[in-house]
Amino acid sequence: MDSPILEVSHLAKSFGDNLVLSNIDFSVRPKDVTCIIGASGSGKSTLLRCINMLETPSSGNILFHGEDIMRQGFDVPAYRAKVGMVFQNFNLFNNMTVLENCIIGQRSVLKRTKAEAEQIALEFLDKVGMSPYIKAKPKQISGGQKQRVAIARALSMTPEILLFDEPTSALDPQMVGEVLSVMRKLAAEGLTMLVVTHEMAFAKDVSTHVVFMQNGVICEEGSSDDIFVHPQKQETRDFLARFLER
Amino acid sequence: MSISQMNFFERVVFLLKTFGKSYVSGAGYTFLIALVGTFFGLVIGFIIGIIQTIPVKKTDPLVKRIVMKIVNYILLAYVEVFRGTPMLVQAMFIYYGFSTLFKINLDYMFAAFFIVSINTGAYMAETVRGGILSIDEGQTEGAQSIGMTHFQTMVYVILPQALRNIMPQIGNNLIINIKDTCVLFAIGVTELFSRAKSVAGAYYTYFEAFTIVLIVYFIMTFICSRVLRLIESKMDGPESYDLATTDTLAYTSGMANYPFKNRRMK
Repeated sequence: MDSPILEVSHLAKSFGDNLVLSNIDFSVRPKDVTCIIGASGSGKSTLLRCINMLETPSSGNILFHGEDIMRQGFDVPAYRAKVGMVFQNFNLFNNMTVLENCIIGQRSVLKRTKAEAEQIALEFLDKVGMSPYIKAKPKQISGGQKQRVAIARALSMTPEILLFDEPTSALDPQMVGEVLSVMRKLAAEGLTMLVVTHEMAFAKDVSTHVVFMQNGVICEEGSSDDIFVHPQKQETRDFLARFLER
Repeated sequence: MSISQMNFFERVVFLLKTFGKSYVSGAGYTFLIALVGTFFGLVIGFIIGIIQTIPVKKTDPLVKRIVMKIVNYILLAYVEVFRGTPMLVQAMFIYYGFSTLFKINLDYMFAAFFIVSINTGAYMAETVRGGILSIDEGQTEGAQSIGMTHFQTMVYVILPQALRNIMPQIGNNLIINIKDTCVLFAIGVTELFSRAKSVAGAYYTYFEAFTIVLIVYFIMTFICSRVLRLIESKMDGPESYDLATTDTLAYTSGMANYPFKNRRMK
């Protein structure tokens, strides 16, 4: 078995007196597609933001290829360049076109040449079906299109792992479909993904590993079958039952 | 015909004929000082804005935290002092301060540029800070998530958007500067107002001389505000975009925001 890319151990995060994450342990190996599910407010997004250091964890460890990312002097920007992130609200750069959005990081962070950066950007924009829109500004395209560009932007950095923070929660059902189909394609190609999602069908089909969180702790984890077909804990069953009722 | 026999309009025409060049060169100086002062004020504002928004975390080394604290206090003092005192007094203070304390006679124009720049900079610092704060946190997170440093995030993502948002305020400052440079006559700068004063004194035609100068100031500020509007709409870019495809029937589904009035049949 490959050695893990990411290892999270005893991770805790509190905002003031409010403990939102505690005792989180899990790891991500290459080509894993890990889905984190759970009710809103269970700490899923905070966990993802801690992994990308957008939030500073209160205690515990996060190891990236065995290296502690929280130690002093660790090059956080260089780490983030290897760990891509797709946000719920897309966060495309409003002052740039679609193509520029996918190039700027490659040029400024990875120091790629203009020609190389453009070629890579176009390749990924083509993959997400957005290559005709390279001259558009973010405000001129739809939500689903924005999210696909955001995915292309993250992929253009050739990350080792891509984090998705509820990528379809701000979209209407039709747009959800177009974004999920892109994500299914990426999973099938062997991209390592860590996905926070409320899309149970997607999680069930695509995941190699599922983490169910409740009240800031990992309640149950296992393979897709373990969680969705044979859940052991009552909380997991209750949560899934509520989704099936809808 | 002597000047006392003329009516108001004849005197205005007479002054324009006699002192037209003087007015024009005065206006030129005023505009130059306002433009240079606003530009460097903006530069100062951006530098301070960037420094003030550098994130300082509890986990940062103690030295960095202390240095940042001291720097921020100095910047705060600068902003408060130069915003909180009249430019006329600052001009006197700096100009005569240099000659008394350091025995240096500042060049008038250099003194003018210097005073207007640091005065504008104090206002711009707050304007830029406001502009940076007005940009959605998500823009910063998006930039950080692809590995940009604070500096890169600022230069490529935040400041271009902040600049667009504060353009109206920059216009305000430019117009204020065009008008307020008139206080620099006090240290002997030969800008528009000081020219008007000498024109008025030459024939005791105060009303006529200042009528002309009023109109010249208004023309300058009005042109500036129009030009700034033009620059703003240039910065917004085109409302429509071209699809990068040769098949005109394809990809029409994403065109919901495409403005109908700009749609042209090929």
